[in-house]
Amino acid sequence: MSVSETTTGAPPRRGLTRRQRHRFVLGGEYVVFLAVVLAVVLLADWDTVRQNLANWDVAKQLFPDIITVGLRNTVLYTLLAYAFGLVVGVIVAMMRLSSVLPYRWFAMLFVEIFRGLPALLIIIFVGFGIPFAFSIEIPGGVVGQITLALGMVAAGYMAETVRAGIEAVPRGQMEAARSLGMSYGRAMRSIVIPQAFRIIIPPLTNELILLFKDSSLVLFLAVTLEQRELTKFGRDLTGQVGNTTPIVVAGLCYLLITIPLGYLVRRLEARQRRGQR
Amino acid sequence: MSGDTGASATAMIEIHDLHKSFGSLEVLCGIDFEVAAGEVVCVIGPSGSGKSTLLRCVNLLEEPAAGRISIGGTEVTDPECDIDAVRRRIGMVFQQFNLFPHLSALANVAIAQRKVLRRPKHEAEKIAGENLDRVGLGDKADAYPAQLSGGQQQRVAIARALAMGPEVMLFDEPTSALDPELVGDVLGVMRKLALDGMTMLVVTHEMSFAREVADRVVFMDGGVIVEQGPPTQMIGSPSHARTRAFLARVLHPATATPATATPAPATTATTAAPTAVDDFD
Repeated sequence: MSVSETTTGAPPRRGLTRRQRHRFVLGGEYVVFLAVVLAVVLLADWDTVRQNLANWDVAKQLFPDIITVGLRNTVLYTLLAYAFGLVVGVIVAMMRLSSVLPYRWFAMLFVEIFRGLPALLIIIFVGFGIPFAFSIEIPGGVVGQITLALGMVAAGYMAETVRAGIEAVPRGQMEAARSLGMSYGRAMRSIVIPQAFRIIIPPLTNELILLFKDSSLVLFLAVTLEQRELTKFGRDLTGQVGNTTPIVVAGLCYLLITIPLGYLVRRLEARQRRGQR
Repeated sequence: MSGDTGASATAMIEIHDLHKSFGSLEVLCGIDFEVAAGEVVCVIGPSGSGKSTLLRCVNLLEEPAAGRISIGGTEVTDPECDIDAVRRRIGMVFQQFNLFPHLSALANVAIAQRKVLRRPKHEAEKIAGENLDRVGLGDKADAYPAQLSGGQQQRVAIARALAMGPEVMLFDEPTSALDPELVGDVLGVMRKLALDGMTMLVVTHEMSFAREVADRVVFMDGGVIVEQGPPTQMIGSPSHARTRAFLARVLHPATATPATATPAPATTATTAAPTAVDDFD
């Protein structure tokens, strides 16, 4: 309003006011958006698309196995690897903060290796490289391999997160705990680590989401029918029925877990920003 | 811990020729010093004089470079000494309170009893409650540190130290981080503790507290003890120029001009502190 009012006194200008120009641009954006949507709707062959991506008959055949085998195994592998990774990650973080120099070196090397290598490479290495090179069987078979490989990848990230969390706890907390007669380890366990975990719950939950998706890399290991997780399950059935609907349904199953988890992370972060304890 | 506030012969804290450096900066340059059982000693001095470092050396939060420290006959500077066991007998109160923010007031006071003294939960909480009562916060047992004022937090911190049944209490500028109107409550608790016969070593800027409660006042500057004596003499008529200059600054901050506030008859004191020390602390 004020723009047009103030310009009335000035010599008449050709062209648009700033407000008009803004409206014009905004309108243009809507026009482009609608044009693209219309083009897709009109040009795509919707019957073929529905046949191949959202075929209800194919989708019905997937149940209940896609849940009782696929989703169940995805969740199982994720949780096993996460638990393993968290334990190793905390140990590596403690080594990183140790006053013993070789421990610090080892921890830094560990983090660099498992953060720097692709998860798929580590999975193949654990699944095929280690058994052949050392002629040993990794306990737990494929499940053990998955836990070890994905767990080490997760540990590399979580070690750094845990370290940052521990370092974010004020030094006075350790001093107060020690001056009450607690040993270093006791003070870490009872005072510092509980506070560190409060700080790093959002990034740790994010790591759970990443791991949940990375569990799909199990695809490359020799799993039995009963050990298939969502992605392998979806791909196998897509091959069997010659239809992509299983992949779409598998994708929806992932989102069923990752979207609520992502929401949870945002809630936790918002709560932390408000500074609640 | 009984009420023998008289000049007891047994030394609770013995410090002999204590040295401490941070890098090339020597913060403590040979401290010799004793605190008798039941005695209340206030350490005063300008910032950077090494008084907080001295206190932190007593329970080995700082590792001394050289010298000997004994607590109730146990030499803590002995490499064989179990420092965790000695620290149980020494209560420490910090300038920044350092309460555990993830625990309620009651749990703050109970946790070391449970994890260190291995007291069962109900007993630890009973003793925690008694000590919260002792500092006037019996009704705040369930509150978290963030819900308490600075003065209340510091009193919980005192209760936390007392619950371990210490033989000595160390106070590191316990009221310096508090709003002025909250200082009185904390000093009140400390005064009561002194009357109960607790051995106390207090680093403070509260001259009225030192004058009223201390058995002895120690003035430190530049990493050495410049002089010490009864509070009336130390605060009323100190013999060293550095002490007088410091007191003039602290007691009349508006009128005093540093160092030259009073003439200096005691020329021994003019070996002034290295100026670099002022940046420390």
